[in-house]
Amino acid sequence: MSTAPGTVVGGATPRSRRAEFMARGGWQGLMFSLPAIILLVVFMVYPVLWTIRLSLDTGRGLRFREFVGLDNFERLLTNDRRFLDLSGFPPDGALVNNIKWIVLYTSLCLILGLLMAVLATRVRYESMIKAIIFVPMAIAATAVAIIWKFVYSPDPDIGVLNAAIQGFGGDPISWLGRESTVNYAIIFAYVWASAGFAMVVLSAALKGISQEVIEAARTDGATEWDIFRRIQFPLLSLPISVVTVWLVINVIKVFDIIYVMTAGGPNGASQVIAYTMYDQTFQGSKGGYGAAIAVIMLIMMIPIMAFNIKRFRSEAVVQ
Amino acid sequence: MSTQAVPVARAHPATVSERLVNFVSRSPVHLVLIAIAVIWLIPSVGLLVTSFRNRPDIASSGWWETLSNFNFTLDNYENVLSNQNMGSSFLNSLMISIPATLFPLLIGAAAAYAFSWIRFPFRDTIFLGIVALMVIPVQMTLVPVLRMFRDLGNWTTGKEDLITGSFVGIWIAHTTFALPFAVFLLRNFFITLPRDLIEAARVDGASNLRIFFRVILPLSVPALASFGIFQFLWVWNDLLMALVFVQEPDDLPLTVRISQVQSTYGVEWHLLSAGAFVLMAVPLAVFFSLQRYFVQGLLAGSVK
Repeated sequence: MSTAPGTVVGGATPRSRRAEFMARGGWQGLMFSLPAIILLVVFMVYPVLWTIRLSLDTGRGLRFREFVGLDNFERLLTNDRRFLDLSGFPPDGALVNNIKWIVLYTSLCLILGLLMAVLATRVRYESMIKAIIFVPMAIAATAVAIIWKFVYSPDPDIGVLNAAIQGFGGDPISWLGRESTVNYAIIFAYVWASAGFAMVVLSAALKGISQEVIEAARTDGATEWDIFRRIQFPLLSLPISVVTVWLVINVIKVFDIIYVMTAGGPNGASQVIAYTMYDQTFQGSKGGYGAAIAVIMLIMMIPIMAFNIKRFRSEAVVQ
Repeated sequence: MSTQAVPVARAHPATVSERLVNFVSRSPVHLVLIAIAVIWLIPSVGLLVTSFRNRPDIASSGWWETLSNFNFTLDNYENVLSNQNMGSSFLNSLMISIPATLFPLLIGAAAAYAFSWIRFPFRDTIFLGIVALMVIPVQMTLVPVLRMFRDLGNWTTGKEDLITGSFVGIWIAHTTFALPFAVFLLRNFFITLPRDLIEAARVDGASNLRIFFRVILPLSVPALASFGIFQFLWVWNDLLMALVFVQEPDDLPLTVRISQVQSTYGVEWHLLSAGAFVLMAVPLAVFFSLQRYFVQGLLAGSVK
């Protein structure tokens, strides 16, 4: 989005520049954009700086109290087992949980989304299948949490999953009550809610691939698998990267579903960074510590967003 | 165009046996799809059935056993809507979501118009700056914005909860957070509008305000609708911001109320199941009535 030629012509004198500014409707441009700019500066830019400053403070009672430098970050990364515990194997803590989320949630959503996008185009009830998979996208993570808490209920008279296990002769498992299963159980619930997004994007991309190319490959004797592997998959790389970025951003921010399903439990086993931030700040009243976690979140977001904006700039050039 | 190239037999098998062969050869595809669809449906269907069962039934037998004797009841809905205040929470959710959709729509569209059709110094720099703000996670602003609301209340009226005790705080918070994306999405749409049309209006002496309301907005209904639906559902479904910025118990939206029902009463499925469907009713209605805009908004929202 380079400046269009003639947008800001380097005028010879300040006066002519100002005259030009007026002539070009500069005031009007500002008038139209000013409400947005004021809101963003007051309620976003300034608060971000404030939070960065708070992350260098004890921040007790959510106020500036005592400047402590990078102490909060040091404690978070080296001395807080709830946040990052590298002492055992496998490593543990909220940050590690987020990494588990990124790997499992993202890959499961992509695989299921791709599978359904590819298969659904081959049947007549395509739109019905797609609607069924996609509907969970619309509902609140709070509702997703309730729906799946019900599925996972340890009581086999309530939870359908444990009823099935009992039906096959197994013992009911407290999916959300055990540290070893809780993360996977929540991740799968969230995959259920988001795979439809991957499916819709990838399916739209698949439809964009010329049918003539595919038919030509078929007449040349290509199998369905060849067609997917050699034609469709390579052309899907851009939409797959779009979906991946979206899913990863979603994971870094994941909060609602964990708050409602487990509140980070049992024993903090299902905490993620966004949950720890909320917990430390608003339940623990440790403003500085919470702010440091928020800053870590921001640092995680920057490379992803930079990639995103770069991609959109290149697309804008194409337009 | 390409459909003509496809042999007719492939699309419409002539005989029944041919159709049958076709179906059987594709049966793995059907099996996988139907299996996934069933897995996707069971959780919500189970909760929906449960929401129509009375409490003792829920405790004594699974919802999948109801096919034989189903005592249909609306008591749970009546209970959550009146006793659990979810009726008023439903209205609160609307009171929060509608303005928090309209404000960023109008403010964002005005800014997007300036960034696309009015030339002024540093225009593109400011625009890029706003787009870059999409990176900011909400956690970076929760505490300072809450402090500002409290200080502002103290300073003007001596009441700390002047803003967080009303809907104003959450309106401001959601509006601000929606703006970078709104400006980005709408500006990208506005620049695709025909230049001749806007130049012609200018030549006829139309002011920017007039062009904005009479030319730009009417031509941009699809983009406005996509963003509006996306934002409305975003706010309706939000829990985190409501937890922080809505502090008056009578103002709580549905998401917060349901999480409270759960922590107060423990896991009471007759309340939670009905409550969850009260919460889902509006998004589902939006989804099924405005599916096209909804999907567009969501695809566009993939940058947020």
